[in-house]
Amino acid sequence: MTSHDRQSRGEPGGDRLLPGSASLAVLLIVFITLALLTLFAIMRGGTGEVGSDAGGAKAYGPADFAEIDFDRELLPEVETAGSSDPEGTYRVRQSLAYEDYFPCTDCHADMDVNLERRQLEEMHDDILLDHGPKERWCFDCHNPDDRDSLRLANGSLIGFDESYRLCGQCHGTIFRDWREGIHGRREGYWNGAKSYLLCAHCHNPHAPRFQAIEPLPPPVRPQFLRVEAEEVNDE
Amino acid sequence: MNDADHNRPTAGDGIDRLTDRRSLLISTGLTAMAAVSASVAGASTGFVERMLRTRFTELSPERKAEILADLERDYSERYAREVTVADTPPMDGVEFAYGLDIARCVGCRRCVYACVHENNQSRDPQIHWIRVLRMEKERGIELAESTAYYEPELVPEPDAFYLPVACQQCRNPACVKVCPVKATWQEPDGIVVIDSDWCIGCRCCLSACPYGARHFNWAEPTIPSAEINPDTHYLGNRPRPKGIVEKCTFCIQRTRKGRYPACVEICPVGARKFGNLLDETSEMRYLMREKRVFVLKEELNTRPRFYYFYAT
Repeated sequence: MTSHDRQSRGEPGGDRLLPGSASLAVLLIVFITLALLTLFAIMRGGTGEVGSDAGGAKAYGPADFAEIDFDRELLPEVETAGSSDPEGTYRVRQSLAYEDYFPCTDCHADMDVNLERRQLEEMHDDILLDHGPKERWCFDCHNPDDRDSLRLANGSLIGFDESYRLCGQCHGTIFRDWREGIHGRREGYWNGAKSYLLCAHCHNPHAPRFQAIEPLPPPVRPQFLRVEAEEVNDE
Repeated sequence: MNDADHNRPTAGDGIDRLTDRRSLLISTGLTAMAAVSASVAGASTGFVERMLRTRFTELSPERKAEILADLERDYSERYAREVTVADTPPMDGVEFAYGLDIARCVGCRRCVYACVHENNQSRDPQIHWIRVLRMEKERGIELAESTAYYEPELVPEPDAFYLPVACQQCRNPACVKVCPVKATWQEPDGIVVIDSDWCIGCRCCLSACPYGARHFNWAEPTIPSAEINPDTHYLGNRPRPKGIVEKCTFCIQRTRKGRYPACVEICPVGARKFGNLLDETSEMRYLMREKRVFVLKEELNTRPRFYYFYAT
């Protein structure tokens, strides 16, 4: 309105400093277009940026993942000891790969020891050795004389249930953290009994890198959440 | 008053108008109260009383027990199974703290859904107390560039790391300061709790919290009765109504009985740690002595009890 007033006042005086009606019309058109675009964007609700495959369009709940045990049962010993036993640590009852073969002497007792480095063929050929330097070999950890035990670098023999001592020879700082409860999962009572896992429960000793796992789905994006909430209210 | 008289011309036929107006006001009020209590609380008899009670921390033990029993009856009826509501008090000499190893976290989101399962969050509309943020290794911790909606085939991705964020249980909590009705406060063991019977749903705390840790029930929360966790705490995971705010309570129903929080136990890589800050021998104290520890948005002086660390 004011621009029109100014123009009508300007014309009789011939004031060329003020914009002509043509440029004003162009400005007006630009302004209206921008306003319409903004209005349109607001009315669409701003979902434009999210592709249909971007994730976060559907809501999942814990019940959608039947394969995961969310009600984690404690070990009976941990449950019994509860908060009363701050020093109590119990190993989880979760089998390790070696238990399929144990005791190893069932087969190895009558066999000759072959110290040669070679590709295994008839037995244990599923073992892929990917643990540090290339020179690493079975008898760095396994005991050639009695296969039911493991052998530390200093020659002392330990059982398979103490394998953490073997790992701790090289991975000293991680071993210390694990002993203090900082490395690895613990379950039970923060002020009492807990269960712990052995290194080999999470890390395959022959290829120790932690294996990648499938993530659970992302949360619902707010724009999709609102639509679902409205449906609930309508019911 | 005069307006009210004019608007009600037919009410006074053959009746004393003064007494009529008074009794009408009283009876309307009572009927409204009864209607509200019947509809909102699902015909609970104690609802009006609960609305008129004093704040939770000032209740007498007898009154508290009555309220808890009342809630248990309500929930057990609604979900058709036995639901318990405890008010386990804080332990003496205990201040909780949480540690999260971001060198270990693989971003698998098991903790997010274990939390929903344990703490009775609404399934629809969905509420998650934990958000896992994906960040680029090249850029470091860059909250503005992070995303919670990553969805690769497998995690961890080679070029990313993950930062799960939930309530940081601040020692100087902005959310507690802004609450106009004091419905949220810090307990002696450090847990910031909400009394959902006292919350008015103004959402001031949502905007005050710099971590996005508080969540609002925009619609009536839905949880299938088969999925409800019946072991609840008054200040924690008991079912919440529409229109109030909720948040992480370090699994108050578990940790006050000595258990680890649900997210600690589900974590497949053992990245989550929990313990008592006042106990020299606890996992938390070891962690804070030996590791490089940091808190989120330290410059805001919120002084969180949630410590991120890099274990190498």
